[in-house]
Amino acid sequence: MPAAIECRDLRKTYDGKVEAVRGLNLQIQAGECFGLLGPNGAGKTTTIEILEGLLQPTSGHVSIFGHTWQENEREMREWLGISLQETRLSDKLTVRETIELFASFYREPRSSDEVLGQLQLTEKADSWVGKLSGGQRQRLAVATALVCNPKILFLDEPTTGLDPQSRRQLWEIIRVFQRDGGTVLLTTHYMDEAERLCDRLAIVDHGQIIAEGSPADLIDRLGGHHVVEFAVNQDLNGAATALWRSLPSVESVREENGLVELNVREPHLTIPALLDSIAKQGSALEHLSTRQASLEDVFVRLTGRHLRDD
Amino acid sequence: MSVAQETPVSAIKAPSLPPRRNGRWSGYAHLLMARMLELKREPEVVFWVFVFPLLLALGLGIAFRNKPGDAISVAIVDGSNAANAQSMLALSPHHEQFRPQIVSAEEARKGFRLGKYDLVIQPSAGQGFEYRYDPARPESVLAKTEVNDALQAAAGRKDILSTTSIASSEPGSRYIDFLIPGLLGMNLMNSGMWGIGFALVDMRQRKLLKRFVGTPMRRGDFLLALASSRLILMIVEVGLLLAFGVLFFHMRVMGSVGTIALIAGLGSLTFGGVGLLTASRAQKIESVSGLINLVMMPMWIFSGVFFSYERFPAIIHPLIKALPLTALNDALRTSILEGTPLLHQWSRLLIMLLWGGISFLLALKWFRWT
Ligand SMILES: Nc1ncnc2c1ncn2[C@@H]1O[C@H](COP(=O)(O)OP(=O)(O)OP(=O)(O)O)[C@@H](O)[C@H]1O
Ligand SMILES: [Mg+2]
Repeated sequence: MPAAIECRDLRKTYDGKVEAVRGLNLQIQAGECFGLLGPNGAGKTTTIEILEGLLQPTSGHVSIFGHTWQENEREMREWLGISLQETRLSDKLTVRETIELFASFYREPRSSDEVLGQLQLTEKADSWVGKLSGGQRQRLAVATALVCNPKILFLDEPTTGLDPQSRRQLWEIIRVFQRDGGTVLLTTHYMDEAERLCDRLAIVDHGQIIAEGSPADLIDRLGGHHVVEFAVNQDLNGAATALWRSLPSVESVREENGLVELNVREPHLTIPALLDSIAKQGSALEHLSTRQASLEDVFVRLTGRHLRDD
Repeated sequence: MSVAQETPVSAIKAPSLPPRRNGRWSGYAHLLMARMLELKREPEVVFWVFVFPLLLALGLGIAFRNKPGDAISVAIVDGSNAANAQSMLALSPHHEQFRPQIVSAEEARKGFRLGKYDLVIQPSAGQGFEYRYDPARPESVLAKTEVNDALQAAAGRKDILSTTSIASSEPGSRYIDFLIPGLLGMNLMNSGMWGIGFALVDMRQRKLLKRFVGTPMRRGDFLLALASSRLILMIVEVGLLLAFGVLFFHMRVMGSVGTIALIAGLGSLTFGGVGLLTASRAQKIESVSGLINLVMMPMWIFSGVFFSYERFPAIIHPLIKALPLTALNDALRTSILEGTPLLHQWSRLLIMLLWGGISFLLALKWFRWT
């Protein structure tokens, strides 16, 4: 069986100068939930729109279940449920009218009531779209994607701007879709979302994939599942880094604004040794904390930057 | 956190209803319905498309109406003989056509300057009168002749030749009769250009076009639905304005309803095509607004909406006649006012067809859905 979504050496250059996507390869199997994770401007939207057949790549090959956009566009459209990053649906139509409109384009859509119920929009079915809250609009956008009974769901930042509860509701809807055999490709810049939702993910930066695998895999590759963060009261110069690195069970060291981060495999070995060596230097600890490593750490480790600036 | 801890959603799908099947025209029907609902719910559209032309017709129709019986308003400058002049005018067999008023010299001069009076009568020394009139104003010249005849007759002049005259101010030759077909044409142009051009760019800017293209929607159906909504609106627009003319201004519609509807329909589609072309690339509604106004401006001026293009030098008449709005206005005028059959208007219909058709083909070539 061919992959649900496949692309090889995808490139997109806007106006001959902005290289938004630079040689991207993906293979997503049917039934997978795959995430594209990356900072603003990484090329996520460009990539997903090329895969959706809405944007012409500068070069590269795309196929959906083995079919290409050039050969079989009309048929392929029946399989895809799409939610774009920014679509403003018509304000003066009601929620139900909007869903019915999208349903009318497909040969065998789902019933609108069922989709309304699933996205908890039944109450709002007869309100104008212009009167919905941001979160309700977002859910409506997903509803227009789900009403066509798709095989693949493309969601571009589906949870941006949602409150935590709405985000969880949407995750749940995505899980249900996947459980019923659907394939999902979503973009996000929320780490926790990617960790919870995605079977596999690709971290995209400057139009290229810099790491790919399951969330656990990627964190494993850091070398340690734990992060020890600390600060001391003296400004220790570069020599200290080597010292921290030599502590037991430490895999890597990073320093930022006086805060030292150690990737650690076994904190119970590292921390006593750390305290010892600080005491030996005659400095005092100002801060110490440990936490589970996250995708954020993976990203920082790979690029030296944070995923989100906030 | 595990799934179980999270807020349970209606995770268990309701027992799936059997999928329904959509027919070939389901997308078209829903697009058309959505468009009509949106228009109906947009108070601005209702105002500009339906109410505004009526107000315009009402305002202009009243301002330029033929005065009842062409009453001649005359200022008689107050003086010794003023009352005499007034009673002499009242003796005339056609006295109802005069509206004399005795006013001060100052007031008479001012009123005359503003067009309130057509003629000023200044009693002069003895029994005589002095007329003050404006040879450049036809109604002023007429007033002088009529008043003079009445005064002379009252003073004892006998007409040797016996004549009778029959008043004939037929509906069909008044300004309002000229105006209403012009307003119809202009309205069809406005709503065609805005209704198609603006609406499309707005949808493009909102990324709604892109979203539609992401579905199996037939693009032809989408355009067809837009065009159909224009035609439906056209019927209402034309019907309202014509009914208004007939009821309020006793306008007489000579042409058949079918002919008028056909011309108006062709006109809306023509401007729909031009609207599509103006909207084919623009990404922002600001830029398309400018473009639409730029395209429409020359036609407002030249195409004989409010006044006849005969006033422009004859040398540019062929150019003016090649404009789509001129063709539409002329076709509507001759059909409505004279009942000229469609076949005699083929050159005008062809002009519209060419504008609409060529614009449509170019638009299809250049149109961007994203
Ligand atoms: N239509 C366009 N014309 C020119 N440049 C563009 C266009 N669309 C995107 N870009 C550029 O391409 C790059 C990638 O943009 P893209 O929208 O794919 O990023 P993204 O990962 O989706 O970002 P975000 O998280 O902000 O949505 C950016 O530098 C952007 O400025
Ligand atoms: Mg994006």
